[in-house]
Amino acid sequence: MAEIILEVKNLKKYFKTARGTLHAVDDVSFTIEKGKTLGIVGESGCGKSTTGRAILRLLEPTDGKVFFEGQDITSLSGGKMRQMRRDMQIIFQDPFSSLDPKKTVSQTIAEPIVENKILKDKKAIDTRVRELMKTVGLAERLVNSYPHELDGGRRQRIGIARALAMEPKFIVCDEPVSALDVSIQAQILNLLQELKEQMGLTFIFITHDLSVVNHFADEIAVMYLGQLIEKAPTEELFDHPVHPYTKALLSAIPIPEVGIERPERILLKGEISSPIDPPDECRFAKRCIHTCDQCRAACPQLLEVSPGHFVSCHLWKEFM
Amino acid sequence: MAEQKEKVLEIKNLNVKFVLEEETVEAVNDISLHMEKGETLGLVGETGAGKTTTALSILRLIDSPPGVMECEKLEVCGKDIKNMSISELEHIRGSVVSMIFQDPMTSLNPVFTVGQQIAESLERHENLNKNEAWKKAEDMLELVGIPRERAIEYPHQFSGGMKQRVIIAIALACSPQVLIADEPTTALDVTIQAQILHLMKELKEKKNTSMIMITHDLGIVAETCDRVAVMYAGRIIEEGNLDEVFNHTLHPYTEGLFNSLPNIKNRRAKLQPIHGLMPDPTNLPKGCAFAPRCNYATEACQERRPQLTDFGGTHKAACLAYENKDFHIERGKKNG
Amino acid sequence: MAKTAEAAVTRKARSQAAEVWRQFRRNKGAMIGSAIVLVIVFIAIFADVFLDYDTQVVGQNVAERLQWPSARHWFGTDELGRDIFFRVLYGTRFSCSVGLVAVSIGLVIGVTLGAVAGYFGGAIEEVIMRSTDILSAVPNMLMAIVIVSVLGQSIWNLMLAVGITSVPQFVRITRAAVLTVRNQEYVEASKAIGLTNRKIIFKHILPNCLSPIIVQATLRVASAIISASSLSFLGLGVPAPAPEWGSLLSGGRKYIRDYSYMTLFPGLAIMITVLALNMMGDGLRDSLDPKLKK
Repeated sequence: MAEIILEVKNLKKYFKTARGTLHAVDDVSFTIEKGKTLGIVGESGCGKSTTGRAILRLLEPTDGKVFFEGQDITSLSGGKMRQMRRDMQIIFQDPFSSLDPKKTVSQTIAEPIVENKILKDKKAIDTRVRELMKTVGLAERLVNSYPHELDGGRRQRIGIARALAMEPKFIVCDEPVSALDVSIQAQILNLLQELKEQMGLTFIFITHDLSVVNHFADEIAVMYLGQLIEKAPTEELFDHPVHPYTKALLSAIPIPEVGIERPERILLKGEISSPIDPPDECRFAKRCIHTCDQCRAACPQLLEVSPGHFVSCHLWKEFM
Repeated sequence: MAEQKEKVLEIKNLNVKFVLEEETVEAVNDISLHMEKGETLGLVGETGAGKTTTALSILRLIDSPPGVMECEKLEVCGKDIKNMSISELEHIRGSVVSMIFQDPMTSLNPVFTVGQQIAESLERHENLNKNEAWKKAEDMLELVGIPRERAIEYPHQFSGGMKQRVIIAIALACSPQVLIADEPTTALDVTIQAQILHLMKELKEKKNTSMIMITHDLGIVAETCDRVAVMYAGRIIEEGNLDEVFNHTLHPYTEGLFNSLPNIKNRRAKLQPIHGLMPDPTNLPKGCAFAPRCNYATEACQERRPQLTDFGGTHKAACLAYENKDFHIERGKKNG
Repeated sequence: MAKTAEAAVTRKARSQAAEVWRQFRRNKGAMIGSAIVLVIVFIAIFADVFLDYDTQVVGQNVAERLQWPSARHWFGTDELGRDIFFRVLYGTRFSCSVGLVAVSIGLVIGVTLGAVAGYFGGAIEEVIMRSTDILSAVPNMLMAIVIVSVLGQSIWNLMLAVGITSVPQFVRITRAAVLTVRNQEYVEASKAIGLTNRKIIFKHILPNCLSPIIVQATLRVASAIISASSLSFLGLGVPAPAPEWGSLLSGGRKYIRDYSYMTLFPGLAIMITVLALNMMGDGLRDSLDPKLKK
């Protein structure tokens, strides 16, 4: 049994809004083994980014626990949590807003080293910054450039270098390639893959793009309206999806090939419904073609339908 | 197909520059395009390739200054757009050619109901009175899959996918000959994207509209287009029908794009990104713009600019390497 | 359009201050503005070296009262025969120090409160913003009068009073700027690398909110000079014979019909000072913004 590095238990994050309580993350539980990558997929508003931030306590969870290497980090004090963040880092989606426009490349990368007093000697810090830049594939001549002088791909590399500066064990990647062009996207994905192999990092990879997680993740969790509805090893999920939503999601990916037989597309009716005070029914019931009385009566539980494959659907037996 | 098809769009040697205080951005360089009735042309490229600028030029929507637009010929449905007066142009926009923009959140006016916004262009172009226009607007909503009762609602009451449907309804209201869709689904989720693409395809066939689909997603091209033109640094570098471009790729850049995409079937395959970056449009290289990033580049590529050359059928590509008769790219070899 | 630094050679590492200075130097307006400010500061510091306070500045000479500007009296004389040129020069001392110190007080208190309100939000924000509203509901002048009367009349209390009345504007402007920056991902990123809230505010948020604050500060110097002068006029500021610009201005008001030069020159002095500060402020704002770098 591989070592479990992160365990999320009944994580909830609610926001109070004028129209009621928004259930951004509603009772999500999962575990990640050391050195593995968990992809979290879902459409906008499904709570995937909120989950990532709540795990790092960048947003305080409303309820639930997060264990990192066995330690409950939800109960840590501010100072202790700051220390914990050395091991847990995040890479953001928007390479434009995730870098302070007034700081040069080296200042941005050096900041975590200086602030956490990892190195004190100026020379040593400078050497480390250059080393990190080399690791992420940034040319040394860019040390004193400002973010606005660089393109999206390079900025994203800076963000990655900043996250790596404290030698974390675990990184949450929040849509790290969504804002980039395909050719640059591939460069960044390859970089993350290399880092993962070299440093034995554990990743949570949040994205809406299934073809990207397919390439990158060992396991995939699909979220819908704040809940985890299916989780399975990547190949299993792609080959044998069980939840009707997962099936629709997989069939919706446009395949860039011509002259192949395209799998039948499942067109969903309607759109994701409101996460404000959701009723106690299957959250997907309104869009699902298989909805029956049972689905409207209660919210299904996440069940292990085959080893490692979890599904939250009343009718899972019919879809196996 | 033997029958001579009607040409709905013809552009010859289009150039667009943006002359700024200190530099000149060469956004579109020497582009020629044509499109037949009922056809869907995919315009593919990365950010800054000049796709949107090309599309805006068709309606002469380039702001001038700083934009400077030059071309030998620009015709839509036999009408000469190039020398048209502004008032004639205004009539063409929205009725003969209409456009769908990328961001559904900002394309609708928040203070009018969606019904009013659809009716507006009908009143303007179809000479309908208020009631007729409103009725037709409701019909249009129904056509794009929104209940007609919702015509009296305001944009903020619609979700992103619904707004994009409204925009499609506005664009198609006057039955245009040419529809330009600029990344119509980029801001939407995949399941919604699938709905919208399906809808667009259906409506296009029903009304026999010609469409230019601007996108960076080769998957969308494969599913919706008949022909495709790949743009790089303001030029078309490869053009042809889907089978030619996807299965018999010629240009190294197109190959690079394909290799950058994660393969959904073989997840262990390593991505082969194109190294380097798009050239600075204010300072384009003398030779082939792609040469600095190209694995096959020779000295000639640095010196001479390749022209779009016929490779049989409708297939064209701009690459000097093919002057050597034995040259083929790796993907070409694989595909035979 | 993001311009790539592809062709650029490595920029030499410079200290931030050197970098800002290099940018600042290229801005002509800013350089002219700062030159004027320097001259004004110089005059303020060395006024008593050139001028004898008792004879030239406050000494009365009824024989030469109400004279129009001439070679002998460059700016003319006032109703008590005092040379206005000398009085304006010497007044630099009072006015500029009141303006600068008062604004600094307002700036420090206002920016801190505004940043705290904008960054933390919630109850803290409510308390700060509502108190600010209350503070600004009281007319500035009344507030200043109350402060000076309670603390007693002195130039320091005057500065404090004027400073406190300018706090609300700094709070509002800072809070608004902080709100736009607060939700940027780099703020979250600095939290993720373990920065404390205080450091996030001072290292990442405030530097990105500087432009409106700097502009506001230079503008406030002007109104601080005017407020201080109104207070002097009411007898709550710099005591009477001292040639504070505001009191020169209000002193000349009675004679504005026939002897307009009496208000013109102190007015010009205020205007030039404010303009110079503004030009300097603009330049400072631009040179602090790496995006405008060429």
